[in-house]
Amino acid sequence: MSDVIDDYVNTEYEAGFVTQVDSNTIAPGISEDVVRFISAKKNEPEWLLEWRLKAFNHWKTMQEPDWAHLNYPKIDLDEVSFYSAPKSMENAPKSLDEVDPELIATYNKLGIPLHEQEVLAGVAVDIVFDSVSIATTFKAKLAEAGVIFCPISEAVHTHPELIKKYLGSVVPQKDNYFAALNCAVFSDGSFVYIPKGVRCPMELSTYFRINEAKTGQFERTLIIAEESSYVSYLEGCTAPMRDENQLHAAVVELVCMDNAEIKYSTVQNWYPGDENGLGGIYNFVTKRGVCHKSAKISWTQVETGSAITWKYPSVILRGDHSIGEFYSVALTRNYQQADTGTKMIHLGKDTKSTIISKGISTGKSSNAYRGLVRMSPRADGARNFTQCDSLLIGDQCAAHTFPYIESKHPNAIIEHEATTSKVSEDQLFLCMQRGIDAEKSVSMIVNGFCKEVFKELPMEFAVEAGKLLEVSLEGSVG
Amino acid sequence: MLSIKNLEAKVEDKTILKGLSLEIKPGEIHAIMGPNGSGKSTLGYVLSGRDGYEVTGGSATLNGEDILSLDADERAKKGLFLAFQYPVEIPGVSNMEFLKASVDTVRDYQGKEPLDTITFMKQAREKCSEVNLDPNFLKRGVNEGFSGGEKKRNEIMQMMMLEPSLCILDETDSGLDIDALQVVANGVNACRDEKRSFIIVTHYQRLLDYIVPDKVHVLSDGQIIKSGGRELALELEEKGYSWIEKA
Repeated sequence: MSDVIDDYVNTEYEAGFVTQVDSNTIAPGISEDVVRFISAKKNEPEWLLEWRLKAFNHWKTMQEPDWAHLNYPKIDLDEVSFYSAPKSMENAPKSLDEVDPELIATYNKLGIPLHEQEVLAGVAVDIVFDSVSIATTFKAKLAEAGVIFCPISEAVHTHPELIKKYLGSVVPQKDNYFAALNCAVFSDGSFVYIPKGVRCPMELSTYFRINEAKTGQFERTLIIAEESSYVSYLEGCTAPMRDENQLHAAVVELVCMDNAEIKYSTVQNWYPGDENGLGGIYNFVTKRGVCHKSAKISWTQVETGSAITWKYPSVILRGDHSIGEFYSVALTRNYQQADTGTKMIHLGKDTKSTIISKGISTGKSSNAYRGLVRMSPRADGARNFTQCDSLLIGDQCAAHTFPYIESKHPNAIIEHEATTSKVSEDQLFLCMQRGIDAEKSVSMIVNGFCKEVFKELPMEFAVEAGKLLEVSLEGSVG
Repeated sequence: MLSIKNLEAKVEDKTILKGLSLEIKPGEIHAIMGPNGSGKSTLGYVLSGRDGYEVTGGSATLNGEDILSLDADERAKKGLFLAFQYPVEIPGVSNMEFLKASVDTVRDYQGKEPLDTITFMKQAREKCSEVNLDPNFLKRGVNEGFSGGEKKRNEIMQMMMLEPSLCILDETDSGLDIDALQVVANGVNACRDEKRSFIIVTHYQRLLDYIVPDKVHVLSDGQIIKSGGRELALELEEKGYSWIEKA
């Protein structure tokens, strides 16, 4: 059956179309003027411009990191445009009725209807198109519960005190090369604030789309969950098929106060490049959350897209009894490369973390798990459990595991399990002998492999994620 | 029903089947016995279309239709079932999900509506109890953490659900204690009818105490070298294979 598995062909990337809208896109390249331009575009207050410039000046002294298990030509930032917005968004439309129908059609095509009555029941959506947020649904309903859900560029004006206090509080400006760059040029993203004691009445989600050619997307998301509150948030991402690589460097910060819980899910399906490795998104993302006393942050990610994924959603377990979780499925095909994992930093007592990572490699792709578990000297009674499973399909792909464990407390407990397996001929033959065709068999085996992670996704999206894997694997055998 | 003529097959350049012929009529049970390496399991794999088993000569038809040119799943849909000697685990895929996908596909091929979940569950539970398998096994991953005996009973349960026209049991008795053997045999006997045929591949005649075959064949070096009735199995038990091979 190895012929069957090896016979890998490319599947069509369903979200690969381009929307024809007139956009204002600034000339490629980065400079202080670009930073000032973006800030001015958003009518930002002086303090935020200063904040950006500080980041920019520091960024200029930094080097692009090269420690990841990734192989790509150096990114030429002179080729990247740092801001692009549809012209129709120039004068911010006040309601959906004023939004360019082309844009609405784009999202309908992607299966994300923007009109509230058509939207998935109980899910509020913020839509980010290139560098701007187009619409946010259910704002009024959320406001009744005291929940703020809006583009971050809007929150800068409406809730400056929150932005001032928390922006850069979890991921410092100087954290890393891509985060510093994001601080300087970030355009839009979502802002979420859940007041004390409030359980957010619906799922929140943001849908990111890169449309314009040669444009980078630098979004920034900030979620604040006050004491004893709860929110579940999901982000999805797609981009058109293009021959050149496009840069996406986002920063996500989560602040989880005492007894609060944030569940953050990602279904990442950026354009992965073609079957020869041409094009695709370079996805360099910094995601981090801080947990205060007895708080819980759970990251769940399903990563099927991007030519390159460099991403380590992390949790700083600052408060005693806090909990961090990371559930990940990363699928790489063709020439895709992924170096992804998490960091669990145990500072408080009796903190717990769980890491479940499932890597699936096919074609000539490379899939690496990189994770750090650190137990500080104060982390009395801290525990971690890590499980990294890799599944190989075919014989030209690679899977790697780079676990880093630092324990500075004698009674901290760290468990690490790792397995590597192949979709075996035996499994495939068993399925086919029961009448199930080869493609469905592989998809069933892969979905079974990912089950532990899928069950962590919000229900509305678990099915979607399963389907996404099916689409990604379609034509993978034949 | 099944007609095999001069079948030749090789695995990685090694010829295993060397002109095997066999005729099975509807409703018959044929036992295939033979020493290790004689090609017993290969026959099952070649008939069911496993990759890597290359047919180099001869023919095989099921109900008059050539099956050798079909993919494994197509043969299964046409009613060929192989109970594995070593059923593999598929972690995370529940038995129920697996069985439902399988039954639905086969029914769809036969032009039947898929079973609704309630009917399907009811049937699956019934079949489980017929082979002494706790219905909770339906919720577990396919063969995941099953004992050897449980795996074999699970195979028979699947066979009962799929109602195939030709069942090939590949050393289903290996590794089973006498109680489990009886359960498996009861399952097979319950499936017997005038249309369904069986090929029982086994080393030992003891399974044939419970599943009484119409014919017994001795396979040696890729050919059937002797055929007979039930009594041939007993004779083999007593004398071993060497007396035939030498003859």
